Amino acid sequence: MRLMPTAPGARVLAFGGYQPADVVTNEDIAKTIDTSDEWIRSRVGITERRIASSAESEIDLAVQAGGKALAASGLSADAIDLVIVATCTLEAQIPNAAGRVAHRLGIDAPGAFDVNAACAGFCYALAAASDAVRAGSATNVLVIGTEKLSQWIDWTDRATCVIFADGAGAAVVAAAETPGIGPVAWGSAGDKSDAIIIKDRNSFLHQEGQTVFRWATTALHPVARKACERAGVDPSQLAAFVPHQANLRIIEAIARKIGAKDAIVAKDIVLAGNTSAASIPLALSRMIERGEVSSGDLALLLGFGAGLTYAAQVIEIP
Amino acid sequence: MAMNEQDILAGLGKIVNEITGIPASEVSPEKSFVDDLDIDSLSMVEIAVAAQDEFGVEIPDDQLKHLKTVKDVISFIQN
Repeated sequence: MRLMPTAPGARVLAFGGYQPADVVTNEDIAKTIDTSDEWIRSRVGITERRIASSAESEIDLAVQAGGKALAASGLSADAIDLVIVATCTLEAQIPNAAGRVAHRLGIDAPGAFDVNAACAGFCYALAAASDAVRAGSATNVLVIGTEKLSQWIDWTDRATCVIFADGAGAAVVAAAETPGIGPVAWGSAGDKSDAIIIKDRNSFLHQEGQTVFRWATTALHPVARKACERAGVDPSQLAAFVPHQANLRIIEAIARKIGAKDAIVAKDIVLAGNTSAASIPLALSRMIERGEVSSGDLALLLGFGAGLTYAAQVIEIP
Repeated sequence: MAMNEQDILAGLGKIVNEITGIPASEVSPEKSFVDDLDIDSLSMVEIAVAAQDEFGVEIPDDQLKHLKTVKDVISFIQN
């Protein structure tokens, strides 16, 4: 038996993001349930979010974001030989999302699988893509985080409906002479699996806010630091810190503890809400669009969420 | 040996001030965190975590929700 020729590294060629058109403001939500703009902004830092219409599925969102990333990468659809979709909000579990998204994008017969690591899903999928390229299992990979959380939310539950939103973000990963995606630091805490849960197909998403807040603000900065150590990058070298956009207070608490003194901290949650596996690539695509980060800059990604699961890696901005 | 109430109060005042900006002098035993000091549930978690580091006593979330006043937290730490 022999193995495929390996690649010395993998890197992200391009990002792409997509949000549905409908804006839902805090005032809109406060019209139907007992909450307020001030309450939402002070607890979670969100001012508005996007919600997909009934005509737009999580597959549609993924196709939009994936198409943008593919166009920005300069690769043609037939250059992609693996599609990985990170999602935890599919309307139905069979078939998977990756095969359908690939077909819609005109990608012919790629490897296609989904990853469910909830809000950590994009970082898990990016690590899988990087390893597949380095091992020679794939040449060019399209990685997409897509979520339609709105279909799993109880719109009378003010602990969740003010937080979660819809969107998609994508990255194209290719082989490289030098690594542009660092080693992943990942793990899980299955003892806290009840903290974020959809109990069955007739249930809505439930979150133990205080438990998740305590875990996120105490357990994750060592994971972020480990990802930096594994990549041989000191936090002071980071130009950007892009954590999962869970809650602005969690983002700021983790950022304080990492010691990335010169890093711009992604706060896309303010206008996007918490879009689970989509939040990191969505935030990154907008930071690149706005010129907040430049090609070659180092960014630390940190995904964390239901499972509980977490994953972090340092990447080079394309 | 149980910790001195005054020492715990002083330590709590410092923690509350660092997390919320509320002057430590306002953190007196009879005050309710929510009603008097206007501290929300997430800040209470941060205070509980900081108190654990300071006093070496874990305050789990299911206990935290029963601790309404500064005095309640002092008693929990002492016992």
